[in-house]
Amino acid sequence: MLTFSLPLFAASEPNAPEKIPDVQTIVNKANIVAYYQGKDGKAQVKMTITDKKGQERNHEFIILRMDVKDGGDQKYFVYFQRPFDVRKMVYMVHKHADVKKDDDRWLYLPALSLVKRIAAGDKRTSFVGSDFVYEDVSGRSLEEDTHELIETTDKLFVVKNVPKQPDTVEFSYYNVEIDRKTYVPMKMEFYDKENNLYRVIESKKVEMIQKFPTVVKSLVSNLKTGSKTEMEFSNIKYDINLTDDIFTARYLQKPPREAIR
Amino acid sequence: MIRYAWITSAVAILAMAFAFPAVAQDANDSNGGSFFSELPVEVHGFYDMRAGYRLRKDKYEKDMSIMENRLQLDLDSYLDWGDIKVKGDVFGDWVQEQADFDLREANVFVRPFDFMDLKVGRQILTWGTSDLIFINDLFPKDWQSFFIGRDIEYLKAPSDALKVSLFGDWANLDFVYTPEFDPDRFISGERLSYWNSNLNRLAGQDAVIRTDRPNRWFRDSELAARLYKNINNYEFALYGYRGYWKSPGGQAGTNAIFPDLNVYGASVRGAIAKGIGNLEFGYYESADDLSGKNRLINNSEMRYLVGYTREIGMDFTMGVQYYVEQMLDYNQYKRNLISGPARDRFRHLTTVRLTKLLLNQNLRCSLFTYYSPTDKDVYMRPNINYKVSDNVAVEIGGNIFFGDYPNTFFGQFENNTNIYVGLRYSF
Repeated sequence: MLTFSLPLFAASEPNAPEKIPDVQTIVNKANIVAYYQGKDGKAQVKMTITDKKGQERNHEFIILRMDVKDGGDQKYFVYFQRPFDVRKMVYMVHKHADVKKDDDRWLYLPALSLVKRIAAGDKRTSFVGSDFVYEDVSGRSLEEDTHELIETTDKLFVVKNVPKQPDTVEFSYYNVEIDRKTYVPMKMEFYDKENNLYRVIESKKVEMIQKFPTVVKSLVSNLKTGSKTEMEFSNIKYDINLTDDIFTARYLQKPPREAIR
Repeated sequence: MIRYAWITSAVAILAMAFAFPAVAQDANDSNGGSFFSELPVEVHGFYDMRAGYRLRKDKYEKDMSIMENRLQLDLDSYLDWGDIKVKGDVFGDWVQEQADFDLREANVFVRPFDFMDLKVGRQILTWGTSDLIFINDLFPKDWQSFFIGRDIEYLKAPSDALKVSLFGDWANLDFVYTPEFDPDRFISGERLSYWNSNLNRLAGQDAVIRTDRPNRWFRDSELAARLYKNINNYEFALYGYRGYWKSPGGQAGTNAIFPDLNVYGASVRGAIAKGIGNLEFGYYESADDLSGKNRLINNSEMRYLVGYTREIGMDFTMGVQYYVEQMLDYNQYKRNLISGPARDRFRHLTTVRLTKLLLNQNLRCSLFTYYSPTDKDVYMRPNINYKVSDNVAVEIGGNIFFGDYPNTFFGQFENNTNIYVGLRYSF
């Protein structure tokens, strides 16, 4: 590894002493790349949860996402396919970037044909029993943390993020390694209140899709419980012209064809 | 014999649902894959085993409260012009000692215009904001399934109806036409003992309620409508219903009847301080007895509800509701009452729902409690459900009733208190 990377480093060093952007620019760009690619998008997601004993649970769902404003409010529509007992269940979020305003959330339960409003939850709660939390899926507002660029390598920016309200979260800080070229967050390391590393999210595979660098495989490891969750994204499409009305009660009860195909 | 005819026709419907889209698909290009993946029908469902017993002696009913094996098949076909859905249960019931078929859904959905959705056929319908209390949702309920420990999905009985939904900038409108009245699957004494006001005592299999049900197609129909709008994620709705009391609401001769009922109501639901709040009310106009003089027909009523749900800990939510039923012609009711204890003018009811998820959300512990301070009765629904794997879930739960009086809404079911266990394999 070292021998391969050294010449590369040497080659790029003299000609391109890039100016290093300030940390706010870095986190803004990384946030857009991670959560706001295109004006909307769709992906088929396969989630595999493996506990420390090796027992697996699988979830499959389709996510539709639409940005109300780049870097701001968003709408998410999650259509479950597996496990079969939650098939056709829909989870919908109107995410508000304003930290003072809670997200609006709905759940559609097909067997009862019931559109249920769900209370704004703790965003650090597990998403469908996996090692991902809600905030990992829809993004943590940049306003919630202070950011500090603690390291710059030839490939990565390393940003340390410290919560402004430490009592609302289970971590004391987290470091994010951001790819200097694509601004894709490649690794996030969460440290607990005793400053021990306990949770790691890695981007295992990144592909260019419609000119957007996209994480197609990510893995979260909980070092405390020994549990891991892998998310694989396929059938990814950006700019598919989703409209506002898809994120309403009408489509909760009868998802659009885009969501089920 | 009738039952066999039903089963045969149901099987025929299921077979047609398979065959029809398969033929439609023949014209399309095939791109490899197995025979089953080519069929444009998604087949899913579950197999469910359930057993439960009464915890108290009930001289009118069996000790076994539930004992059944159930196979649900859920077939979906997505065609260019619309969706076809057929969902039905075949089950063996050891309490009733019979095999039966329950066609839950058999409908066609089309979206003919941007502003319109249509669904016709047998379907499950739900609206309103409250939790396990229904004011403006006058679609049929299966109270029997609810009280004996079937899965919560069986609380909703199917309707044979046409649902038209119109979507506009100003508001949305749902309109449901049910050509033949679909009553609740109410407590008849067949499986659950109840207070019989004619006999002035508890009764069960010895006095199964016989009914005269309005059953003429297109003449004994129901209409339900909802006008609703979402303003900044506060959901406002107005409701109207023209039909019949869904469970017997009167008596003619020795039979129970379903008198005319009109309901007008409204609701609002939205976020309030970290939680979800809702308000709902309905005016129940007992149209066959507007003056309230007829002692054999339900009084008109006002029904009010306020509710609030929020997270009180990690994966731990609590919902509370306060509900009031007000008899509108109470003096007439009291004056004309011949025998038996009188109801109160106001029935107050509170509910508390607690739900806690554990073990990576695979274990769900929940308790729903109804408590009426005026009826002095309680109904508790504890349930623990564990997902053993992606396909298999096991559960244990109970339906616990107690009350100070034998004639109140929940108190009458005291001897039906039961616990059950269940196992479900989903596919």
